[in-house]
Amino acid sequence: MTDAVLSQPSRSPFAMRHPSVLVFLVVLGLFTVAITVLSEGFGLGMISTSFVKTLGKTLCLCLVALAMDLVWGYCGILSLGHMAFFGIGGYAIGMWLMYERTRLIVVDSLAAAELPPTVQEISDGIATQIFGVVGASEFPPIWAVAHSLPLQLAAVVLVPGLLALIFGWLAFRSRVTGVYLSILTQAMTLALSLYLFQNDSGLRGNNGLSGLQNLPGLDDLPQSIVSVWFFWASALALGAGYLFCAWLVSGKFGSVIRAIRDDEARVRFLGYPVEGFKLLVFSVTAIIAGIAGALYYPQAGIINPAEIAPIASIYLAVWVAIGGRGRLYGAVIGAAFVSLLSTWFTGGQAPDLVLGPLVVQWVDWWTVLLGLSFVAVTLFAPKGIGGLFDLIADRRSPNRHGAALGPDPGALREREASE
Amino acid sequence: MNTLLEVSGVSVSFDGFKAINNLSFQIAEHELRAVIGPNGAGKTTFMDIITGKTRPDEGRVSYGDKSVSLLSLSESRIAQLGVGRKFQRPTVFEDQSVGDNLMMSLKKERGPFAVLVFRPSDKDRARVAELAEEIGLSGALDRKAGELSHGQKQWLEIGMLLAQEPRLLLVDEPAAGMTPAEREHTTDLLKAAAKTRAVVVVEHDMEFVRRLDCKVTVLHEGSVLAEGSIDHVTRNEEVIEVYLGR
Repeated sequence: MTDAVLSQPSRSPFAMRHPSVLVFLVVLGLFTVAITVLSEGFGLGMISTSFVKTLGKTLCLCLVALAMDLVWGYCGILSLGHMAFFGIGGYAIGMWLMYERTRLIVVDSLAAAELPPTVQEISDGIATQIFGVVGASEFPPIWAVAHSLPLQLAAVVLVPGLLALIFGWLAFRSRVTGVYLSILTQAMTLALSLYLFQNDSGLRGNNGLSGLQNLPGLDDLPQSIVSVWFFWASALALGAGYLFCAWLVSGKFGSVIRAIRDDEARVRFLGYPVEGFKLLVFSVTAIIAGIAGALYYPQAGIINPAEIAPIASIYLAVWVAIGGRGRLYGAVIGAAFVSLLSTWFTGGQAPDLVLGPLVVQWVDWWTVLLGLSFVAVTLFAPKGIGGLFDLIADRRSPNRHGAALGPDPGALREREASE
Repeated sequence: MNTLLEVSGVSVSFDGFKAINNLSFQIAEHELRAVIGPNGAGKTTFMDIITGKTRPDEGRVSYGDKSVSLLSLSESRIAQLGVGRKFQRPTVFEDQSVGDNLMMSLKKERGPFAVLVFRPSDKDRARVAELAEEIGLSGALDRKAGELSHGQKQWLEIGMLLAQEPRLLLVDEPAAGMTPAEREHTTDLLKAAAKTRAVVVVEHDMEFVRRLDCKVTVLHEGSVLAEGSIDHVTRNEEVIEVYLGR
């Protein structure tokens, strides 16, 4: 994708100019069809509903990893706060799901009464149901639009976007960069998580929002069907997100943000307002993260403030690093590979490793293994898993452009230099 | 000729050390000027002030037909007004192709949204090809800038500056680390550039300056020591003492 500005003819379709996008979309499409055919809800029933949900959630994690790759791998901003935007997206959709479902239950139960219930009675009933667990019986102001699906959907996009815009404006304007910016984003994440842990935050404190897997009004529909719906939606979102990110990084915009990553000061002297570019990338990726979260949590069924804890954002960075940052498919591969492996190891399915007297139980040791592989990838394979594709591509068609490297004949050839 | 840039009475100090001391400097449009001076004379700080990287403690810097003050503008605004800068070490974007480097530098709208929807026209491509020709890199458009030799990177950076179509070009030690043949090419590039814009060359190497054949400003301890033709300044007693006589 690097030479897109010049070398390729401009009139061929976008996917043709970027074969990796086409390959990705085809693979994603085939995967979606295969899972649908194997699912309980729509096909042969060879894979369980809970596994369909795991796969659907994994697709959402791939989407947020794409966002992370854009902001970190391409633009060089190591944000340790994108899982906070992911969580906000989840909370925003969770509020509507919980409100609407509780409302139906309350209306149902009040229907038996002799007098038809008043609006106030219904509202109080819902509030008691939802907030009884934190000892409150009134709706906090933050739930003002929870009754409206369109408004809560708007919140999925707007709240992460605006938060990122404000935070980014403050941080980038003061030229906070590098590790200091990472620490700031992490502080933001921690602050948000601690705030949500409080019972009077209005979002049920450490209980979080639950029962999100049930779609209001569709109680009769089995989870086996709903899970496939969400799987489709996640696959669609990932495909659209991939196309969007590929479009974003393909042209001059991609050139400029990679240039910002490599030498921010130089880009300023070219006349580009670096802060504006960073702000745009930061906010757009926050929105992508919010959308991914809004698809993830209905499949997970529950969201609580622990999901927003800084460690989640660090994991996100680890996935992208292991997958290979600075290439979109690398982020997707990293997120899918590591999160599925993590599910396997922590699910207790992995056999214990017996090393003489030491028994390695993966549930406990998995994070150690993950940490070690992160260090190993950083030190020995900075291109990550995605780097393997370079090896394959190089073997098939060494991209020499027919030129010697140096001014003299016999100077290093490109192949040697890339090693 | 009209004055393009006027720096007057500028001082700046870092932790009590006066890097620039009441410096005044003027350059006309389409003028080629060499700035020389020993290490620590304030040459780089002088460029930092003009390009907005360093804010002076006092003094004025005005630029262009309307004598805009550059002191309150950001680096990117100043660059958009037509001040281009080449650094001492070649700074090109090594991870990107020569073509992408040039395309990024072409004079266009610089805002993020304008860049987002930008797609190069045939004219833009032709202009990039033309620039590559000028800097002797037309065969290397698709190669990564990181693969170029040191001298080629210097030229690429000069090409990127020309692509910006600046009215004032600040060039920091362009000939550093170049072979004699490369130096000659660089001199030609700079002389050609100065036909259509003002060019300030900061240089160490007296031979290179002589070949530029232009007015010379000698900096010493943050202010102007002498100004005039190369023969004029090299005969100046003070200049010989602080710079040449060592």
